[in-house]
Amino acid sequence: MKPKVAFYWCASCGGCEEAVVDLAEKVLDVVAAVDIVFWPVALDFKRKDVEAMPDGSIAAAFINGAIRTSEQEEMAHLLRRKAQVVIAFGACAQTGGIPGLANLYDRESVLAAVYRESPSTANAEGVLPQPHYPVNGEALELPVFHERVRALNQVIPVDYSIPGCPPTPKLLADAVAALLTGRLPERGAVLAPDKALCEECPRRDSKPEKLAIQQFKRPHETLIETDKCLLAQGLLCLGPATRAGCEARCIQGNMPCTGCFGATSRVRDFGAKALSAIASLTGSNDEAEIVQILENIPDPVGSFYRYSLPVAPLPAKRAPAAE
Amino acid sequence: MTQPSARIGVYICHCGTNIAGTVDVAALREYAATLPHVVVARDYKYMCSDPGQELIKTDIAENGLNRVVVAACSPHLHEHTFRSACEEAGLNPYLCHMVNIREHDSWVHTGPAATEKAKDLLRAAVQRVVWNEPLERRQIPIRQSVLVVGGGIAGIHAALTLANAGKKVYLVEREPSIGGHMAMFDKTFPTLDCAACILTPKMTAVKSNPNITLWTYSEVISVEGYVGDFRVQVRRKPRYVIEDLCVGCLECVEACVYKQPKFADEFNLGLSKRKPIYLPFPQAVPQVVLIDPETCIEFKSGKCKKTCVEACGERNAIDFNQKETIETIEVGAIILATGYQTFDASRISYYGYGTYPNVYTALEVERLINASGPTGGELVLRDGRKPRTVGIIHCVGSRDEHTNRWCSRVCCMYSLKLAHLVKERTGAEVYNFYIDMRTPGKGFEEFYNRVAEEGVHFIRGKVADVYPANGDGQLTLKVEDTLLGQVRKIPVDMVILAVGLEPRADATEVRRMFNISCSSEGWFLERHPKLAPVNTFTDGIFLAGCCQGPKDIPDTVAQAGAAAAEAFQLLDLSAIEMEPNTAYVLEGVCSGCKTCVGLCPYNAISFLADKHVAHINEALCKGCGTCVAACPSGSIRQHLFEDEQIFEEVHGIMA
Ligand SMILES: Cc1cc2nc3c(=O)[nH]c(=O)nc-3n(C[C@H](O)[C@H](O)[C@H](O)COP(=O)(O)OP(=O)(O)OC[C@H]3O[C@@H](n4cnc5c(N)ncnc54)[C@H](O)[C@@H]3O)c2cc1C
Ligand code: SF4
Ligand code: SF4
Ligand code: SF4
Ligand code: SF4
Repeated sequence: MKPKVAFYWCASCGGCEEAVVDLAEKVLDVVAAVDIVFWPVALDFKRKDVEAMPDGSIAAAFINGAIRTSEQEEMAHLLRRKAQVVIAFGACAQTGGIPGLANLYDRESVLAAVYRESPSTANAEGVLPQPHYPVNGEALELPVFHERVRALNQVIPVDYSIPGCPPTPKLLADAVAALLTGRLPERGAVLAPDKALCEECPRRDSKPEKLAIQQFKRPHETLIETDKCLLAQGLLCLGPATRAGCEARCIQGNMPCTGCFGATSRVRDFGAKALSAIASLTGSNDEAEIVQILENIPDPVGSFYRYSLPVAPLPAKRAPAAE
Repeated sequence: MTQPSARIGVYICHCGTNIAGTVDVAALREYAATLPHVVVARDYKYMCSDPGQELIKTDIAENGLNRVVVAACSPHLHEHTFRSACEEAGLNPYLCHMVNIREHDSWVHTGPAATEKAKDLLRAAVQRVVWNEPLERRQIPIRQSVLVVGGGIAGIHAALTLANAGKKVYLVEREPSIGGHMAMFDKTFPTLDCAACILTPKMTAVKSNPNITLWTYSEVISVEGYVGDFRVQVRRKPRYVIEDLCVGCLECVEACVYKQPKFADEFNLGLSKRKPIYLPFPQAVPQVVLIDPETCIEFKSGKCKKTCVEACGERNAIDFNQKETIETIEVGAIILATGYQTFDASRISYYGYGTYPNVYTALEVERLINASGPTGGELVLRDGRKPRTVGIIHCVGSRDEHTNRWCSRVCCMYSLKLAHLVKERTGAEVYNFYIDMRTPGKGFEEFYNRVAEEGVHFIRGKVADVYPANGDGQLTLKVEDTLLGQVRKIPVDMVILAVGLEPRADATEVRRMFNISCSSEGWFLERHPKLAPVNTFTDGIFLAGCCQGPKDIPDTVAQAGAAAAEAFQLLDLSAIEMEPNTAYVLEGVCSGCKTCVGLCPYNAISFLADKHVAHINEALCKGCGTCVAACPSGSIRQHLFEDEQIFEEVHGIMA
């Protein structure tokens, strides 16, 4: 019997699903080798189908996206029960990802911004989503929108993570192969190399031994040379802090690394580490000048915690006592 | 790293009542006994005493301890004591950890909170020490040479002391000659020794001492390394005269196409003139001329007859193509003796310095009354007249919140000296305007009495204004005589401003280059004002003379001797033990991002291009932790500060 596999999406953009499709012809190999029992984006299975399966009957559940709503939380728990192995698939599931940046604001401001304040919203009565809503004697239900965004492992125990925004098809194919052959590493591992990106960067030899950055530039502000280390060109490349395994795709597209593969296993706080490394490369010893150089980095939280705010040791906003 | 089966002994010190008076040591001991891995917990009156240390040693032997925690004072004080005790009992010293429950606790807290905090700190230490690993100290050989920066009396004395003791010394002086301020004086207080008579022999001794390499007209431009092994680069500015060939005959100066001296003479503070080719002053060491390219015709137009070269003849010492050179030296210790600068008197506008020609600074008057000065020692005004009345204003740029708050310590005394000398040379009436007369030194008060008996007038009060009196270039000093309680206006021919001492304008850059601290005023900071007055916070770098603060020549020389002794003691060890708290790269996971390479203040990190990884030379690493914090992929770790140790300590505190 072929091993059963489930895919599910939570708070995500759909890019991770795209990564599965991006397996291209390889997707057929995967389909041939496993039995996909649940994949809402592509196949017509329902939640009740999953509920009907015996506990532990799914070999592996790939869950992408962060956890923001009660429905996502319930599905995470359900899949945890049904699956032997749960894999956090992609940056949002692994560390909160882009949706996690919403933790800079509380729930009320998020809802107000989306349903009332944004210029494209037409909502004269200022209606906000309600968990329960009576219509013609029937009760309609919507999932509860939680106070905070959480990474998957802040909700259920997670066995492995595949990093990336989105992960590369290669990492997915390797993970599936490892599952099929039973050659999985120690539980808790991230299924990607444990070195930083500079290691596999095609521009690594052009990186000077002593960087002294005088000015940080954003990609649209400069003509980016295609063969020179981006950090050396003053672009905020987080490659030195970011796990390798992406095959330096952004760099190959002439764009600096934004850190979607997250930290190596030896680092507890991606943002703090990246920030301290970058700050130490500024080319000045004068405090005022250093501040001026660093001020060129727009939105420091968004730059250094772009994918990991919910798991940062220092929360952007303190979570309320009980959720 | 695996968790060893730890057997921990905990020792709580009373420190007399220092700790036990505040912390409930019995309760702390009982608590310690309940912590995981703790085999014995004891408290004792003085853990650092011999019986206290004996407790530890006995327990190591009898209870098979393999970890020791001592809760006592600051590790700065006794970490070494307890580590040594462990070592003597056969336990690796780095398996011993100290908890500071005195400075961090009993001295700053009261009541039960102090005991609670002690428990937290102790728990943290117990949790961390489990992860401590045995480490070996490293031996670093000490280079047997010393760099002395600054060739004033401080630098000269330190250099000679070391050289006479057989150590190799490099003396680097910025100006074309050594001598510093003292070389400018005629006499020195309080004994009125002739400055040149006591200084010149020392200057020539520097030149002739085979153990001293003297580089004048030179400056240190970079310093790398650490105690025992500093690498220093020195820039030697071109003097356009080859030092080894010039014999100091001065025939070139005589022969220069400028028949008369025409350019402001720096050493005489512009009070006389020199030629483009010149000797800074007659007693200069080395006795080597130099050419000022700003004024020399050959440099300006390339069209000079070069009569100087002609005069130099076969000696061939003049070289218009001389270039600056950079020398690299390696030394075991460094003595900074860069001295002071005098306060810029024009900053106090109402004293009229720079406006009225008859207002002089004390330093200028030192030159005027110097036998080899611009007037051959005759004290005359700029118009050639002898002053009949002279006013000396004390504390100019000292003890004043608008300029410098500190007392410059020497101005009262040198003002008395100048009063005496002025009177002796000119017979003028001399008025000293002082705020307080500060004469605390051997023979100082006696000197004051002597000068008073000589008929110098002392007026206690701060001069509020200096303005032209009627005609003759005379100036009126307006002062509130606080002893008479009335405002007085005293006309004088000459005003002398007793300018204070202040840190040199480039003190901040110098201090940064040598990686030492300075006080808020800018004086170089000693490690301890009483017990380590010539040490700095950087091992192997010592201070001598006025760069550390205002002082007179006797104190300067005493301090220079002390700095030389400290340096000598260091060199004499021939090797120093380095703490093993070095950083190391996890080669297998380093991404070769190079972030760390440029950050090490001790240049311990290099990049191995073939392996594409960083490498730390543990002999150079001082364990500052900079690279550990900076490595963005967590690929550098540090002995004694391993992640497990730090996080366990943090968890222990927070538990
Ligand atoms: C007007 C006046 C009169 C005084 N009269 C007396 C007196 O009669 N009796 C007495 O005991 N004291 C007197 N003093 C105090 C005396 O000048 C000092 O105690 C003494 O000169 C201090 O010596 P020093 O070597 O520390 O500093 P300095 O004499 O300032 O020497 C420092 C030397 O270091 C050199 N230097 C500076 N920076 C660098 C650098 N970066 N690299 C290389 N070289 C550098 C300088 O060129 C200089 O040669 C008087 C002070 C003043 C202002
Ligand atoms: S900093 Fe960025 S561009 Fe430079 S070598 Fe590293 S990953 Fe490549
Ligand atoms: S080159 Fe001419 S101006 Fe210069 S020092 Fe010689 S003689 Fe004087
Ligand atoms: S810890 Fe790192 S930065 Fe500090 S001295 Fe050692 S190698 Fe250099
Ligand atoms: S900072 Fe870390 S990853 Fe980068 S070169 Fe240094 S040791 Fe290697």
